[in-house]
Parts: sequence; C-alpha cells; structure tokens
Amino acid sequence: MLAKRVIPCLDVHDGHVTRGVQFGRAEAGGLRNVGDPVELAVRYNEQGADEMVFFDITASAQGRASMVGVIERAADQCFMPLTVGGGIRTVEDMQTMLRAGADKVSINSSALATPDLIRQGAEKFGSQCIVVSIDCKKVAPDKWEVFAKGGRQPTGLDAVDWAKKAVELGAGELVLNSIDADGTKAGFDLVITRRISEQVGVPVVASGGAGTLDHMADVLIEGQADAVLAASIFHFGTYTVLQVKEHLAKRGIPVRL
Amino acid sequence: MIALLDYGAGNIRSVQKALERAGAQVQLVRDPGQLRGAAAAVLPGVGAFDDCIHSMQRQELFHAALQFIQTGKPFLGICVGYQALFERSEEFNSCAAGLGLFTGRVVRFAGGHLKVPHIGWNQVEVLRPGCPVLKGIESGAYFYFVHSYFPQPQDPTLALTRTTYGATFASAIWKDNVFATQFHPEKSQQTGLRLLENFVALSRG
Repeated sequence: MLAKRVIPCLDVHDGHVTRGVQFGRAEAGGLRNVGDPVELAVRYNEQGADEMVFFDITASAQGRASMVGVIERAADQCFMPLTVGGGIRTVEDMQTMLRAGADKVSINSSALATPDLIRQGAEKFGSQCIVVSIDCKKVAPDKWEVFAKGGRQPTGLDAVDWAKKAVELGAGELVLNSIDADGTKAGFDLVITRRISEQVGVPVVASGGAGTLDHMADVLIEGQADAVLAASIFHFGTYTVLQVKEHLAKRGIPVRL
Repeated sequence: MIALLDYGAGNIRSVQKALERAGAQVQLVRDPGQLRGAAAAVLPGVGAFDDCIHSMQRQELFHAALQFIQTGKPFLGICVGYQALFERSEEFNSCAAGLGLFTGRVVRFAGGHLKVPHIGWNQVEVLRPGCPVLKGIESGAYFYFVHSYFPQPQDPTLALTRTTYGATFASAIWKDNVFATQFHPEKSQQTGLRLLENFVALSRG
C-alpha cells in the first residue's frame, strides 16, 4: 500500500538552515539559525524521512549558487527524494537543480507570474519533476485566495481554480501552504486541503501549521492530503520523524516504518 | 567497472552516487565503445519515454545496450530504463519503439479517483525469492516510486515483484542477466542500497 509521506522542510539562507516564526517574516530578519542543511538532512534521513525539501529563502544569485552546493552534498549522502524550491524562475534554473541531484523543483511566485513555466518544465523534465507550491489565505467564509511573494501579495486568484490550472499545465504535485496557520502552530487548514485534494488528480502535500502530532494525522485523514511537510516541529527537536510516523500509524494511517 | 549509460537522463548523478555507495566503480558511458570492458551496465531514466529512446538513439546507445544484454553480463534498468526494454509506450503522443527485448506495452494508470503520478513509498510483494538482487529484501519492503506509466509484460513469469496502486503491476522483472525496476533503488534509502549492493556483487561474478 502507498504510504503517506512525512517530509521535513529546510529553509536555507546563504547555506544555513533558518526558521522564521511566522510566514513571510524570515526575510524581515526574524530568523533563528538552526544548523547546517546537509547535517540536518542526514539526520532526518536516518530518522526515516520520506523526502526532504530544501527551500532557498535568500532569493539572490549568491544564495542560489550556495544552494546548488547544498543539494550536491545532500544528494551525495542522502539516498532519498530531494525537492528544491525558492528562486526558481526559468527552465535553466530547474535544470541546474535537477543536475545537482534534486528530484523535483518547486515553483510558486514564478508560476503565478508565468504560468507557462509549469508547462515548459513538465515538457522538458516530466510532470513528476514539477511541484507547484500554493500559498493561500482564507479571505471570506468559504473563499481562499492565492498569495504571491512569500504570502505578501494578493493575486485575486481562487485557490481551487489555481490548483486545477497548475495541474492542467503539467504540475505533478501540489504543496499547499495555509498562510493563516504557517509558523504559528495552529494546525493545517483541513477544509481547503481536502477541497483541493478531492478536485485535482495529483498528490497534495499539506504544509504550514504542524504544531502537534494530531494536526498531522488530521490533515492526512480529514484533509485527504497525501503527505505532510513541516519544519519547526523537527528543527526544534519537538518530535523526531520516527515519532511522528509512529503516531500516524497508531491513528491507522499507512506509513513506512 | 559498472557502466552507467549517460544519455542525458536527469537522475544520473543520484544513480552514480548510490552505486558508488554500494561499492561499485562507476563509469559514465556516452558512446558505445565505452561499454566494452564493463562488467555490468545500468540504464537509468526519468521523464518521458520518447525522450529517453530518442536520446539513446542519438548517442548510438540503443543498439549498444541490446548488444550488451546479449553478452549475458548483469544489466539493470531503472524506471524509464525499465520501460524502455518493452516494445512501445502508450504515453501521450508516443511513437518511439522501445528496445523490444520483452513483449508488452507501457500503459498509464487508470486515473479517476487514483492520483497520477504514483509518487511515494510503496510496498513490493516478492514473487521469486531466489533472485540474487533481492537477497535480504522481503515482501512488504518499501521502495520509492514516481511514475505515471508501467510496463505490462505479456509473459507473466517475467515479474519479480508486484505492487498495487489502483492496478497491480510488475514493479520489477527478472530474466537471466536482465533486472529492471519501476521503483528507484537509488532513492530508496537502505532497502534501495541493499538491492544495488546485490547487483554490484553480481557484477563481480
């Protein structure tokens, strides 16, 4: 049986892993340095992480160059799927990361600015390589809007519509970040996660807001997500990947132990 | 030395590193002449079937791979490198002919309520426990999959393992010196490395 995945996410700033307290604050200087990305990746690999996401929050040419090195070193030591996100704007950027050892690339603002980038990437590398990450916020009862630029810029797009469009264009997976919840440990938004998961034919990764083990179980069961992605819960040593998986198994969720 | 066929597949570095971790000396092979002298060969692959076939043809690795297989030395196909062993694919707009080593087509998951691609860790049921590359790997083991298509061998005895995702399919096959997996051993942590170690051991005879 296909297991539900548990995916630690590493926010990388100039080659170091950092963690902001709330969405969009990382760039504003509210960072805590939590270590070397490759060391953390190796640790999570040993704990049985199902995949790893490296997210470049530097968003500069220099940051990208150091990211390539991080991915190469991680890929040399972790024999597991790796995804890179942040600052990927062109098919050439994608190629650089895939060649460095990434298995998937994740795009967000650049896909909103140029939706055709999804199609170009999928045609060149296959849909399985192209992840579209969506930041959304509940703006009215029963309405979720997509935000760009790290959650700062409203787009006017409906989250479900954009999710469907991204998949039509060739996205092989979606990551859904609920802005209200991210970083505040208030839990995932189960309603929008489930709605998108039921309406697209590709896997949906729920991100943002994992504060307790039951938050993760809930978004996999009620939210119908295929995977959970989390950062602080792992970096601050609240739980290990194995503890998360053991809890999910107790709730009857198929996981790889 | 294990020859790793480098026709531009995106995951070549991962396969190389994993084989090295499994104890192999790896040479990236970009033209047919370099295949001579290899103790074993690996055909990686990710992405589109036609791209894979056309790139192999451009570098004259298509027939070279078939010739290598005929020498009886160990050969491992991974993902699209597994699919390429069959006659043809039903992938959208596909018109390329595969290596045709085995009879059968590469078909797509049905879709509907099933999410496609099939991404993540799934279990294998071992159908032929005596297979040397599966030494130490039992039914229930998890491997990492990422694909929308899978081969349907006409000869059911080819199947080495099977996996269920909507449909039940041959997630690995084995015939004589040819091994091929739909999953990615290079991305399957300890279990994947074990399979690669077994393959490397075979190449030492």
